[in-house]
Amino acid sequence: MSLRTTNRGEVSRGLASRGAASSVLYDAPGVRTKRRSRMISWVVAAVVLGVVGYSTFTLGSQGLFDAKRWDIFNDPLVWLDLLRALGTTLLAAAIAGTGAILLGMVLALLRLAASRWIRIPTTVVLEILRGLPVLLLMLFILLVFRVNPFVSVVVALVLYNGAIIGEALRSGLVALPRGQREAGLAIGLSGLQTRLLIEFPQAFRNMLPIIIAQLVVLLKDTSLGYIVGMLELLRRGRLISENFGAGTYAFSVFLVMVALYLAVNLTVSFIARTVAKRVNRAR
Amino acid sequence: MGVISGNLPLYLQGFGTTLFLLLITTVIALPLGVVIAAMRISPIASLRTSAAVYTEVLRNTPLTLVFFFEAFVLPKLGTRLDFEVGAIVALTLYTAPFFAEAIRSGINSVPVGQAEAARSIGLGFTQTVMLVVLPQAIRSVIPPLVNVIIALTKNTSVASGFFVFTLVSAGQRLASANGDQVIAVLVGVAVFYVIITIPLGRFADWFEKRVAVTR
Repeated sequence: MSLRTTNRGEVSRGLASRGAASSVLYDAPGVRTKRRSRMISWVVAAVVLGVVGYSTFTLGSQGLFDAKRWDIFNDPLVWLDLLRALGTTLLAAAIAGTGAILLGMVLALLRLAASRWIRIPTTVVLEILRGLPVLLLMLFILLVFRVNPFVSVVVALVLYNGAIIGEALRSGLVALPRGQREAGLAIGLSGLQTRLLIEFPQAFRNMLPIIIAQLVVLLKDTSLGYIVGMLELLRRGRLISENFGAGTYAFSVFLVMVALYLAVNLTVSFIARTVAKRVNRAR
Repeated sequence: MGVISGNLPLYLQGFGTTLFLLLITTVIALPLGVVIAAMRISPIASLRTSAAVYTEVLRNTPLTLVFFFEAFVLPKLGTRLDFEVGAIVALTLYTAPFFAEAIRSGINSVPVGQAEAARSIGLGFTQTVMLVVLPQAIRSVIPPLVNVIIALTKNTSVASGFFVFTLVSAGQRLASANGDQVIAVLVGVAVFYVIITIPLGRFADWFEKRVAVTR
């Protein structure tokens, strides 16, 4: 059974991850090749910078970088609003992340249960949860249980990501050497004790990069709350730009939102990568 | 269950849009992903850097925000895309880096010795990649690529928040029209998604097992 998540945190040591100098794919460049590739490099850089520059210039010539399109950000209240919305986003992500990890642990245990009366229904539920869009889960909870949008977003994220983390943990458990389980049973631990005390800590550590990468996905998915009417960062941003009138601030508010999301997500991704490196080194 | 059979045309309309978005986006984003992956392993530094920056930025931006740009910000800048075209653009921009990463991880799964052997018999960069590495990478690339397509299937639902009539929009409309049968309506939507995603997932698993045996 494969992992549906791409292992983004993975520190790959394969072909595609080597730098230019040490790649086995091509020779160490000689003088002429170096000159040529430097030239191509400059041309590409020039083209990329040209495109970026041209877009910036076009945007600028429409007055998008004029002070009058940015002056709302002099108002601390606007920032307060945006940061509070970011807080809501982060809170939802934190609750959902914790819940998803707990649910994932339970699901992983159930899927490996000895009794097929537990195993098979769990597998079916997992398959279905992973096969549905989170947005649909959110709508389902919102409309069927008539809870507020925040709750529906959090619960849907717990269910969906719990299923994915559960799969990751399960494959982590299966990948452990058999001797681990046998040793646990041999010293007189029960099956469940062996799982929880011997196997789980190892599986969790091995799968940590995948789990953290999934948490980044979860964090991004909180933005779907926008569609089901949760007052998170995107909706607040939209409200601000509409309140201040006629699209003057649509672009500047958008840029600020992108920056906020990137800052948060890149930080979490960076942590994921550091953790992955450490786990790999420990092995 | 009468709600589902009674409103089958509406479901099918949403299903059609979802499939349409899925197919068109795959057809455009997959080649783009190959290009990005190639750029990331190329000997030319600025190609590598720009591909890496693009990948990092897009993968750390929520898809909703990309849609947001296309639906609310672009019109204010004077470019109005048709909503369906906009959805395809947003999904393509967002999905291409994921395709690229899947391809790159497949290339990484080819043992280094293969490339070393190819290089030592005198093949150049293009020959090594085209004749030795890629043919082997393709086998291990298929499952993660299918997984990206599954994720894309689910991501098409985001378009429903931005004026495109997908399966989820069908569900929303029917749910508000049939307040007493919300569960049946949404289960109907779920079935249509699962029809696409679960067989694809099964295929990926099956393929992965088959490759694992032959290796």
